[in-house]
Amino acid sequence: FHCYTAKYALCQCLRLVKGLRKKCLPPILHVSRLNSSTSSSPVPRITTHYTVYPRDKDPRWEGISMERFADEADVIIVGAGPAGLSAAIHLKQLASEQGKELRVCVVEKASQIGAHTLSGACLEPKSLQELFPDWKERGAPLHTPVTEDKFGILTEKYRIPVPLLPGLPMRNHGNYIVRLGHLVRWLGEQAEQLGVELYPGYAASEVLFHEDGSVKGIATNDVGIAKDGSPKEVFERGMELHAKITIFSEGCHGHLAKQLYKKFNLREKCEPQTYAIGLKELWIVDEKKWKPGKIEHTVGWPLDRHSYGGSFVYHLNEGEPLVAIGFVVGLDYQNPYLSPFREFQRWKHHPAIAPTLEGGHRIAYGARALNEGGFQSIPRLTFPGGLLIGCSPGFMNVPKIKGTHTAIKSGMLAAETIFQKITDENFHSETAGVHLPEYEENLQNSWIWKELYAVRNIRPSCHTALGVYGGMIYTGIFYWIFRGKEPWTLKHKGLDAHQLKPAKDCTPIEYPKPDGKISFDLLSSVALSGTNHEHDQPAHLTLMDDSVPVNKNLSIYDGPEQRFCPAGVYEFVPVETGDGQKLQINAQNCVHCKTCDIKDPSQNINWVVPEGGGGPAYNGM
Amino acid sequence: MSARVLVGVKRVIDYAVKIRVKPDKTGVVTDGVKHSMNPFCEIAIEEAVRLKEKKLIKEVIAVSCGPQQSQETIRTALAMGADRGIHVDVSGKDYENLGPLQVSKILAALAKKEDVRLIILGKQAIDDDCNQTGQMTAALLDWPQGTFASQVDFQEDSLKVEREIDGGLETIKIKMPAVVTADLRLNEPRYATLPNIMKAKKKKIDTVKPSDLGVDLSSQLEVLSVEEPSQRQAGVKVETVEDLIKKLRDSGRI
Repeated sequence: FHCYTAKYALCQCLRLVKGLRKKCLPPILHVSRLNSSTSSSPVPRITTHYTVYPRDKDPRWEGISMERFADEADVIIVGAGPAGLSAAIHLKQLASEQGKELRVCVVEKASQIGAHTLSGACLEPKSLQELFPDWKERGAPLHTPVTEDKFGILTEKYRIPVPLLPGLPMRNHGNYIVRLGHLVRWLGEQAEQLGVELYPGYAASEVLFHEDGSVKGIATNDVGIAKDGSPKEVFERGMELHAKITIFSEGCHGHLAKQLYKKFNLREKCEPQTYAIGLKELWIVDEKKWKPGKIEHTVGWPLDRHSYGGSFVYHLNEGEPLVAIGFVVGLDYQNPYLSPFREFQRWKHHPAIAPTLEGGHRIAYGARALNEGGFQSIPRLTFPGGLLIGCSPGFMNVPKIKGTHTAIKSGMLAAETIFQKITDENFHSETAGVHLPEYEENLQNSWIWKELYAVRNIRPSCHTALGVYGGMIYTGIFYWIFRGKEPWTLKHKGLDAHQLKPAKDCTPIEYPKPDGKISFDLLSSVALSGTNHEHDQPAHLTLMDDSVPVNKNLSIYDGPEQRFCPAGVYEFVPVETGDGQKLQINAQNCVHCKTCDIKDPSQNINWVVPEGGGGPAYNGM
Repeated sequence: MSARVLVGVKRVIDYAVKIRVKPDKTGVVTDGVKHSMNPFCEIAIEEAVRLKEKKLIKEVIAVSCGPQQSQETIRTALAMGADRGIHVDVSGKDYENLGPLQVSKILAALAKKEDVRLIILGKQAIDDDCNQTGQMTAALLDWPQGTFASQVDFQEDSLKVEREIDGGLETIKIKMPAVVTADLRLNEPRYATLPNIMKAKKKKIDTVKPSDLGVDLSSQLEVLSVEEPSQRQAGVKVETVEDLIKKLRDSGRI
């Protein structure tokens, strides 16, 4: 099968030649920081992105036309995930029911629908049932009903089973194990059949505003900017898409949502969002170990009781003996030496887990941040010209670890509210972009609100000295018995980025070396995600201040970014001359998980969207 | 110039994706895997569109042979500037057996049917690395060929093609109609931007069957099995020359 190695060599050849095309870096190679108190040597320039160095002040961009082609739709949706696609589908369903015409456009940064989707996932079908009562006849990929549900606490060598009594949030009776990427792909097909315009491979990179400050729409990413930030021959501006209302469904910690929170002050009355990182692998296991429909969750080892997290093992029933396994680590962890990737790899060796994987082989890997804030962290959801749905504002039911059913429902509610308003001839909007506070009211009257309210105290109850076990006790008493009706609402700890303790106050963790059969090294894992980006573009992991990684992150926290990134993007390497280190950003490896933007203790990293089409190539993750 | 150009584009598994062999060893897993246009086909389309922009040719036709999804690849070609597309519908067992010989028969038939003066193809596809389709198409049509082109100059009735060969660069002059295959350094393809993708939705894609073109898809080749390359064995380090000789003797090498 020599084609494989020849193709690999060809790809390396392609990459090399594409790299040779780039123009030489401009003379401004080093940026001297005159007011830096810790370093007097020039800081090597890392960030070249135009969001940090605007192009209207850059001499290399003089004379380049920055005009953009513009088009109009009725509704624009950013992000083709479960929420975005459900909103698009429901809008078209309502339009066809009532004989109206609606132009709905969805932009998605992945090259194909579902390629950036990653989740466990165990789906509660109730909102899918509302969207498509005939989902089964339509061939929705829900092939694996849950048959067995187990929960355990792991110690270093043993597993303590915990009974899942009816009424506990972790029980999965009636649910389905799905490959969410395939479900999203199926939703995309249904959307196209209904006439939704889907544009995968085009990322929304900018929010556009009317003169009155309301949202006008979005602009897609520019293409053809070289790594040093200068225009290439193939430079072309992105396109503007205008709409009466824009739905932002970017998923957990969206980059446009981050801007919108600031612009419209949407987070003034809610708590900051808190997150976790989820790492996942797909394994083909030995048939004897395969139990289709079985679900297993664990907490405990290798995390200590103060670090929130746990694992899942889901046995799929889709023909081959496929098992989805994953590990979640709360991003409010305190030890900067913690590496979520390596915790995941060493967890696989536990005597209760390893036997399932022995004799099998790994076929996929990926990672994504997820919300843990629940009810307390839901921001204001609407603003003139737009609204937020899905995991972007965050409707995840944390103890159930399910957010897909609420995301789908939020998309449907948005569609209903929007449809009612924009087809109402008597409706006159005060602002150029339509403001829909009714969406927020409808959401608060729906089952999403009741469900999230009932479980609101479970995650914060893990912050006591008893840690995760305190949380389990709290769940047992207040959720199982009292159904979440207690009159108080516990608070979270604050921003995840502020929870890290300085490295000198913490002990480094000794992780075992990967054995290459059950556990693996980072780079071979990243290769399995299929991630890639056009090499000759500015790094999309932008630093507000290039001197901070070495002067603050490395010196105080020992560079936690080299540990929490599940794709090896951040590396501290020795400088060419003299002592000291510099940060090297391997932007091509990025899997778009957003963890760095969340956990950077200096909040100096700003993740922006790279050229559309780049990123992971997940298949049914 | 009223010439028409035919450009072949192939839908292949994206070069950055790690491929996996199917458990039944009949091929690689393609379902749900990210596909994109063969990089050399992108370069071919770019060259054809540039010729049209220089007003040296009249029309660019993009062709792809394969199942329904090949139409996505044709759409990308249309978004890059091709005028219309032809989807040759081949699926199932026929698609599994589709190789350079079958494709070149199809391209030759289309070239005659569409009265084409120039065929531009990528030099090879990154999934099979055959590097045969361009050459076979030229032979079937009895046309001259300029393969591994890194530069193409259009002259009245002929082409000056600079080719990348093992020894360096070779420049040849070939009469049209001709077949040219694109190599890496021919050009840097433009992006298929969103406004162009939207416009491309309005451009025409005709679907034809190989039988409509009178082409027989039967293959003389049968794939017996597809396997992963064998795992690289760990090497053994030795300390001295004597140790090395002893090890070589023990394993029967000397």
